[in-house]
This record gives sequence, C-alpha cells and structure tokens, in this order.
Amino acid sequence: MIKTDILIIGAGPTGLFAVFEAGLLKLKCHIIDGLPQPGGQLSELYPKKPIFDIPGFPSILAGDLVTNLMEQIKQFQPGFTLNEVAETIDKLEDGTFIVTTNKGTKHHANAVAIAGGLGSFEPRKPILEGLDFYDQNDRGVEYFVKDPEKFRDKKVVISGGGDSALDWSIFLSNVASSVTLVHRRNEFRGALDSVEKVQELKSSGKIKLITPGEIVGFKGAEHIESVNIETNGETINIETDYFIPLFGLTPKLGPIANWGLDIEKNAIKVDNSLDYQTNIPGIYAIGDVNSYPGKLKLILCGFHEATLMVQSVYQRMNPGKKYVLKYTTVSGIDGFDGTRKEAEKQVVKAIE
Amino acid sequence: MIEDILIKITDREGTVHEVQAPTDMNLNIMELVRMYELAPEGTIGICGGMAMCASCQCYVLNDIEIPEKGDDEEAMLSEAFNVKPNSRLGCQIRITEKLEGLAIELAPEE
Repeated sequence: MIKTDILIIGAGPTGLFAVFEAGLLKLKCHIIDGLPQPGGQLSELYPKKPIFDIPGFPSILAGDLVTNLMEQIKQFQPGFTLNEVAETIDKLEDGTFIVTTNKGTKHHANAVAIAGGLGSFEPRKPILEGLDFYDQNDRGVEYFVKDPEKFRDKKVVISGGGDSALDWSIFLSNVASSVTLVHRRNEFRGALDSVEKVQELKSSGKIKLITPGEIVGFKGAEHIESVNIETNGETINIETDYFIPLFGLTPKLGPIANWGLDIEKNAIKVDNSLDYQTNIPGIYAIGDVNSYPGKLKLILCGFHEATLMVQSVYQRMNPGKKYVLKYTTVSGIDGFDGTRKEAEKQVVKAIE
Repeated sequence: MIEDILIKITDREGTVHEVQAPTDMNLNIMELVRMYELAPEGTIGICGGMAMCASCQCYVLNDIEIPEKGDDEEAMLSEAFNVKPNSRLGCQIRITEKLEGLAIELAPEE
C-alpha cells in the first residue's frame, strides 16, 4: 500500500505543480497517471509545440514546461504510479481514501486531487464489425505492443500512418514472420528516419506496404485468421495472426465518471468560491477536469486552483490550525530530500 | 461595421441549427460549434484545435468555397474514422465573410 497525504490523479502540468505547492506546506504527494511518462497532454499530444501564455515565459515548448515542472518539484520527492489508471475509490471511516488502479495498486491518502485533464488516454479504435469481440481475450486484435515476443514468428497486420505505426512496423519486422502495414494514403506522418527506414524495409521485402488501403473486416472463428483490406477499389484478403490498429490515443473521462461525483459537460463540478472541492469532501478537482461558472481551461488557471486546493487539504489535515502565508523568496524552500534553497543574504557593509 | 455571417450546422442528432458567426474573433468552425454548445463539451475540440484529433470532423454540405486542406489536416483525416470525400476538420476552417451560407454536418463521435 502506497501512503501519502495528497493523491493526485493525473501528471499533467496542474498535477505536477500541485506537488510544489503541497511541498511548501510539508504535505507529501503521489501521482497516478495512465501514460508511461509525466506531462499529460503536453507530453503525449504536443511536446514540440510552443505555449505562449505561461506567465513569465514569452514562449515555452510544452515538453520543456514539463521538464521544468519536474525539476521544480524534485525536492518534494513525489511518488509516481505510471501506466496505471485510477479505477476505484473507497472512503474509509476516518475520512481518508483508498484508490485502486486497474492493475490493483492501492494508494492510501488523506485527500484526493483529480487533475485528470480530459481523462485517461485510450486507444482510438477503428469502426469495424466484430472489433469488440476480437479485441478481447487474445483473439487477435491488439492496440498496444506490450510484449513483442507475443508476435514472434506470427503474421502481423498493422494499420495507421503515424509514428507508432511506423516504429512498430520497423521493430516487428525483426520479430514477426511477416509485417503488413496498411494506411489510407501514401504519405505518412512520422519522423523522417522512421519513414526512410520503412521505405528501406519495404524495398528489401521485409515489410509489405498496402497504400492506399483500409481494413474493412475480419475473418475467423475464435481468433482472427485474416483481414479484408480495401485497396484501389477492390477488396483483398490477407491471412494474419494479429491485427494491430495504431491510430493514436484519445482521452476519455473513464472510471472516475463512476465515483459519485457531480459531473456536468464531461467535467467535475467544484466549489470555486473556496477550494475546488467536489461534492465529496476530501476529493478535489483541479485543472481542465473541473467545471465552475466562468471556468477557463488554461494551464495558468490550473496552477492557481492547485495552490488553493492544497491550502484546503492542509486545513483538513490540521483542523483549527492557523496558517500564515510564507513567501519562497523570504523563507526559502526546504525539500523533503534535505536540500534547502534560499535567497542569497544581502551584503551589509559600510562604505568608508 | 463587420457583420456576422450565417452558418448552417447539423448536429450529431440530425438537428439543423442556423447560427450567427462573428468574423472578427478569429474563430474557426470547431470553436463556433462549442460557442453554441451544439456538441457536448469533451466530445469536440479535444486537442484544442491543432489538427491532432478528429473530434471536430464535419462534412461540408454545399459548394461554398473553403480554403484547401493543409498537410496536418490531410494527415489527421487519413487516420480518422467515418471519413467521406467532403470531410474537413472544423478547427482548420477559419470563419471569414467568404463562408456566408456554409452548411456543414458534424461527423459522429468516435
């Protein structure tokens, strides 16, 4: 069981900054995120795109903002449960919470801050009859390549036109007995290296490329045996053991929609006059995932919400205790790792 | 004075809405749909308008001339679902006076 003061769901900019503000109040944080890396949308969707409305940064790349936030919170030693999605929440008699992920990891926290943005990222699934049968129980449709060995000496059909389709085609061409890459057009959107490598593997016959092409159906009983591909106005049938559609990820609110929280327009209603608490005391929602009159889905608003949220958790954990605001410039920062950051002392010296 | 233009939007339930679209706010079609709440929040404009998701896909229903698709839009549409020859990404269509009378239909939610 992982124990912490504040359990943050979502490692986007709002969730990361909450660790900093909590740290100033000596509150420990642990973050759960469904993606393998922190940063949320910024890392997953647009790491190389600039953001122009972060106060103090005329322009900063989304990926760099995440790197900076990770550096800023480092001394407060946040824990991370990555690649797992928060699934259930139980409120204990003492008012604390147990949050369990889809992989069964349990987290015990005094308060829960949902900083889930638009939700957890799930694979975009093509619209195909029978897909919801074949993507279960190892029947041949996979949305991720979790264990490449599964595909050893198997026939694999991959569809998609982005980096993951290209990269996995390249990788599996050395593992699978055959790799067929199907994309709706001849152009691919990926790193130049990857496009060139696929070109090379196609020329040497290690990857079969079908463009323009689209998977339109499956054949098979308990497991897929072949896929139908529409290409240049005709439908061809290709034998395969696995079909891997790689069309990127899309966020879905997911399991937190079932936590009994007030939800409006796919967002969690909070009390914005006070502390961004939800209808369940002890559960807060900050950043893009929340909703209140006048809400703006901006990173800078998430930072503000995170700051007020941790104050409320402090009061919750220390009832009746007076809190005095301290400025970091005046007080410095004492990390949980023993480090201290502080302003340089002014020199006081007489001029003779 | 800059005048609003009229745009006809068929929502995902098939209801037709005739909406006034301002041309002086640098809006795009995706933002217009959100402004009038013609699709639930969280189901349109997920990537914010970077042509990186297809949640604002729409079908152009008449022959009002619209600027050609850019590379990003082409690439995204080639990975979208429910794509038709008249598919566009709403976020990539800027609202200008030239779009007066444009009729579009929102593609189904993925």
